[in-house]
Amino acid sequence: MSIETITTDVATAPASEPVEVSGTRKLGPLGWVCITWLVAIVGAAVLAPILPLDDPSESFGEIARQGPGASGHILGGDSIGRDMLSRVIFGARTSLLIAVGAVMLGLLVGGFFGLLAGYVRGRVDTVLTTLFNVFLSIPALVLALSLVAVLASPDPAGQDSISHTRRVVVLILALGIVTVPILGRITRASTLSWAEREFVKASEVSGARPSRIIFREVLPNVLPAMMSIALLGIAVAIVAEGSLALLGVGVQEEPTWGNIIAGGRRELSNDAPHIVFVPSAAIFFTVLSLNYLGDVIRARFDVREAVL
Amino acid sequence: MRTTGGPAPSRGRAGRPCGPVDGTLVPVPDENEIILERKAQIRERLNLDEPFPIQYAAWLGDFVTGDMGSYYRVTDEDPVFDRAKEALPVSLQLVLYSQILALVIAVPMGVLTAYRAGTRFDRATNASAFGLLALPNFVLALVLAYYVGVWLGWLPVDGYVNFADDPGEHLRHMVLPTITLAASQIAIYMRLLRSDMVATLQEDFIQMARSKGISDRRVLWRHALRPSSLTVLTVAGLNVGALIGGAVVVEVIFRLPGIGTELAQAILQRQYVALQSFVAIIAIVYVLVNFAVDILYTVIDPRIRHARAGG
Repeated sequence: MSIETITTDVATAPASEPVEVSGTRKLGPLGWVCITWLVAIVGAAVLAPILPLDDPSESFGEIARQGPGASGHILGGDSIGRDMLSRVIFGARTSLLIAVGAVMLGLLVGGFFGLLAGYVRGRVDTVLTTLFNVFLSIPALVLALSLVAVLASPDPAGQDSISHTRRVVVLILALGIVTVPILGRITRASTLSWAEREFVKASEVSGARPSRIIFREVLPNVLPAMMSIALLGIAVAIVAEGSLALLGVGVQEEPTWGNIIAGGRRELSNDAPHIVFVPSAAIFFTVLSLNYLGDVIRARFDVREAVL
Repeated sequence: MRTTGGPAPSRGRAGRPCGPVDGTLVPVPDENEIILERKAQIRERLNLDEPFPIQYAAWLGDFVTGDMGSYYRVTDEDPVFDRAKEALPVSLQLVLYSQILALVIAVPMGVLTAYRAGTRFDRATNASAFGLLALPNFVLALVLAYYVGVWLGWLPVDGYVNFADDPGEHLRHMVLPTITLAASQIAIYMRLLRSDMVATLQEDFIQMARSKGISDRRVLWRHALRPSSLTVLTVAGLNVGALIGGAVVVEVIFRLPGIGTELAQAILQRQYVALQSFVAIIAIVYVLVNFAVDILYTVIDPRIRHARAGG
């Protein structure tokens, strides 16, 4: 699943799936499994430093390339014998921080401009919608790769090194910029339909300021639509971090799901596929859960872009 | 051979982003006068001292006359056109194969799930489609590379062979990347086609056809499929455009020298002229493909042609 495919999926699927929603309208047992997984992974990521885990950068020579179950290390060791369980959990820390940070940025910026475009309409709407479309027309991964490459890539001349924090911030910015137009468009579409409702008109007639109407009347109703796409956005950002790591840019000092996979690629032919497959499974289940919950919200609140 | 992956990107002093000369062309610190002077000479030769609008106008002027410019090199010429000429067919083939594979699988599945909407088969298919969508393409690529390529040893896991040189080897090299790219498309196309089909099957002309006693198979394939296929075709068209150059990760993992690989390298090595040319090529292909899809609409659904003629 690439960024492009999920963007087209988001843009087209909800508009034309009225029949299907009944299946996922309720949370159901599967929904609870998804929530449990997400809570577990987020909890582990947040609490990683105080959990009884090995140091993710300490190597135990005897478990190098050993598969899951090797002498007390549940998920085995990586190419130089660092504990995979601890690396995946510490990796979740950075990966999730980047993904959630990027989507928060998208929510704030895209949400604000989407509300503005959808409520004010007219020329503002034309300009903002055009801007969103221009940004959407740039292949997302290419844009993110360019930003990360220019702002945070290693220095062959050895003149200065880029700090871990800077890399993380740049990744958040790059992936955030990619999610802004997606969230902007969905917010605008949803705002357009809510802004015509009677209670908004009533508020206008009774003399409320536009800012009050936007944030107190429209925003709470638009929020479910934003949240459902934001969950998908987090999934996309997790995958994007992995893609960038495979292209050789992104966070290097600390483990992330992406750079563990990128580093383990060489070991596929050395009979140690678990170094790639363990973080891959973590990504898969997280993305699956986020997609599922996003779909549930989407079906529940009847989110669609068909209003465009 | 060219290398794939993340080769030598460049940076300037004090952490600020820099042009192509520092780092890539002259990978040493600015220690003395000679190096600084050498860098200035290279910049001068590559026109990097001109303001951006002028550099851009120069590039655009060349591009419209078919000259895609040249890679930044210290001395010799390395025209972008030569690489683009090699890379574009690779990407086009990959995208074409993956779209064909995706449609060949997704269309029958979409029709069947719509026909059997609500049954266990429908739900199982939908669930697998949902799972496929959660599988990042690099994960699928590495899983396939390991199990089919390394473990079973059936297929080569990287490289590219020209179709003209050896058609059999060419196809063998393209199998894994094609499957990787097609997987998520299968899920998307199937779901789109299914929902459109379900709507079509409730229309009057389908009732009419059924009441005339036409077999279900004929109704599905001859009457319902055509008007239901527009959304899928639109998205497929958009995807062809998006995947030329958008399949960066798949191309890099399987070491296919396509537009995606060239694009990634151009970015990482600050080859801005090359980057601009590749992006322009992608945009041109995108527009052409979507134009072709627009024409295809009128062939598939004559109602559109009539509506336009009438309006």
